[in-house]
Amino acid sequence: MRTITIDPVSRIEGHAKISIHLDADGHVADTVFHVTQLRGFEKFAEGRPFYEMPAITARICGICPVSHLLASVKACDAIMSVRIPPAAAKLRELLHCAQIVQSHALSFFHLSSPDLLLGFDSDPAKRNVLGVIEAFPDLARDGIALRKFGQQAIEGLAKERVHPSWTVPGGVNAPLDPAVRDRIRAGLPQAKEIALRTIAFFKGVVDQFKEEIANFGNTHTMHAGLVDAEGNVQFYDGNVRFIDAEGKVVVDRMESADYSRYIGEAALPYSYLKAPFFKPRGFPEGIYRVGPLGRMNVATRCGTPAADAEFAEYHQRYGKVVHSSFHFHYARLIELLYGVERMEALLEDESILDRHVRAHAGVNALEGVGIIEAPRGTLIHHYKVNEEGAITWANLIVATGNNNLAIGRSVDQVAKHFIHGKKIKEGMLNRVAAVVRAYDPCLSCSTHAADQYPLEINLVDADGTRLQTLRS
Amino acid sequence: MSEQITMRIDGQVCTAKEGQTIIEVAQANGRYIPSLCHMPGLSADGCCRLCLVEVTGLNRLLPACTTPVRNGMSVVTDSERLNQNRLMALELLFSERNHICAVCVSNGHCELQGLAQQLGLTHIHFTYNYPKLPVDVSHPRFVLDHNRCILCARCVRVCDEVEGAHVWDIAGRGINSMLVSDLQRPWGESQSCTSCGKCVQVCPTGALVEKGHAVEEMTKRNAVVTQLAIKRGTHP
Repeated sequence: MRTITIDPVSRIEGHAKISIHLDADGHVADTVFHVTQLRGFEKFAEGRPFYEMPAITARICGICPVSHLLASVKACDAIMSVRIPPAAAKLRELLHCAQIVQSHALSFFHLSSPDLLLGFDSDPAKRNVLGVIEAFPDLARDGIALRKFGQQAIEGLAKERVHPSWTVPGGVNAPLDPAVRDRIRAGLPQAKEIALRTIAFFKGVVDQFKEEIANFGNTHTMHAGLVDAEGNVQFYDGNVRFIDAEGKVVVDRMESADYSRYIGEAALPYSYLKAPFFKPRGFPEGIYRVGPLGRMNVATRCGTPAADAEFAEYHQRYGKVVHSSFHFHYARLIELLYGVERMEALLEDESILDRHVRAHAGVNALEGVGIIEAPRGTLIHHYKVNEEGAITWANLIVATGNNNLAIGRSVDQVAKHFIHGKKIKEGMLNRVAAVVRAYDPCLSCSTHAADQYPLEINLVDADGTRLQTLRS
Repeated sequence: MSEQITMRIDGQVCTAKEGQTIIEVAQANGRYIPSLCHMPGLSADGCCRLCLVEVTGLNRLLPACTTPVRNGMSVVTDSERLNQNRLMALELLFSERNHICAVCVSNGHCELQGLAQQLGLTHIHFTYNYPKLPVDVSHPRFVLDHNRCILCARCVRVCDEVEGAHVWDIAGRGINSMLVSDLQRPWGESQSCTSCGKCVQVCPTGALVEKGHAVEEMTKRNAVVTQLAIKRGTHP
């Protein structure tokens, strides 16, 4: 028995490692996806006043802090038992859409496009965003422009691009300035054009990846995501819908407060990241996927014209339930378009300029749950407080966590298909990393942070002797 | 009637009244001396050690807020040695408890943070202490977060000298010192607290704050609290 270790895969908010065990013939016998860092947010938040939670939990991530801010303020709204002013709800959704646009742009253009455009086996020295700029300058420019649009919209609304303090329990702390509204609106046509152009481009190349589509986590699992009463996809509000692998709705419009009836969390002996599962089906049979793939599977439609057209074509191509995790990329691009269209609709509504944007209250409930769709999937914040407002217990189920079991299964599938023999080629390693990247856990940002991803494969003999080390 | 004296601050000739402190004379003459515990209208405490100055003829540094001026005294308020000392005092304050500016309700409105920026503090060279400290949220309107307390005792003095309630005290010694209300009772159970909020207003950091403010939202109006005492001349 030999073991290959990919360490570190850096992580989603931390670090990860992949162990691939080979049998005597050099075939993959087993794989394990470990997340090796403990961060302890749930523990060290204990004792803090609940209204500090948005700022504290936003520090979990620098790419999508807005997601944690919003899940947290929703949990705090529930503790205060307030219905936030309608303009505040619209502003929060607008901020969230801007974040989805920038985060999805980052995932597709900056992190994944080097694999997709330059090839999984291309020269690792050039397989990065700079290589894309060289080979596909127009597409790279589009990616930069789209991310800039999203980031500047966030900055305009919330005054800061990263970790803003604008969203507060009860609403937001300042109304929308009409000048900012006009500035964001001015950028929308170009953003929409880029989103449409990118989808058209992707549809043209996606069929080149038949082998990857067939083996990148092409598996039957449940799917989950927020939808509204009509089944439209929702990023900020709505209720979670679970479907099974055949597309049958298993739970529709789950109430936030009921999440623990449906979602269980298994602690894995080899990982600090817990593995959520659909409780009624047990562990690990209750494996489900969230994020763009999950959302596009659970929703009946998007709810905006251009995204709906793409949504229909996507399902026409790949079926009612899309199984391959490779299609996270395609689903992500449809969501990007939906995000831009939703921003258009929100900004056309004059009531978004309403000056009443915050409700005030103290502790009116001793527990609160906030659920939103982060770019990477369903994000749950659950707090308990004492009567004075101090956090006594917190549970966070982060988007990437929901996909933990699915990432593990996908790594296993990719490794078993692509890795054979005693000599490991860099392209094999890259495919293992790429399937993780398809989920866009915060992993992908760190694995592509520099122009090389910090992966290392060690081929170790049965007696522990290192036979080969491959660094990229 | 107090006697008029003459002294120098950074070479500038200043006139002062006997009994005034160095920091009072400096402020009256437009010379800035950094401080965190000193506050016009309250008695001097001399505990933050930020206002240390050089006095010609003395090798040791003296706190400007508690040292009375003398005729012919020459004071230096700005030098490399003083700057190093002030930075060290600030670093010790930051390393002693858990000052996490990014998630603090007083972020952007904090005197400790402001002074660090002003003096160009970029790194803490001491090992962080990371103490596990409680947050007292028992008061219906206010919060005491020991993590952010620098033990400047402004709250102790304003409550005693201006409000007359004397809710606050410092218990323990050295690094184990803690702000306590009513002889170690939770603030919300205090019999003597009038809930006037003066302690909150004078607190230089996010240690004493109003409840319900999210990060960066807590602003303070500390000068208002002691204005009356200054006008009446009743302050110590």
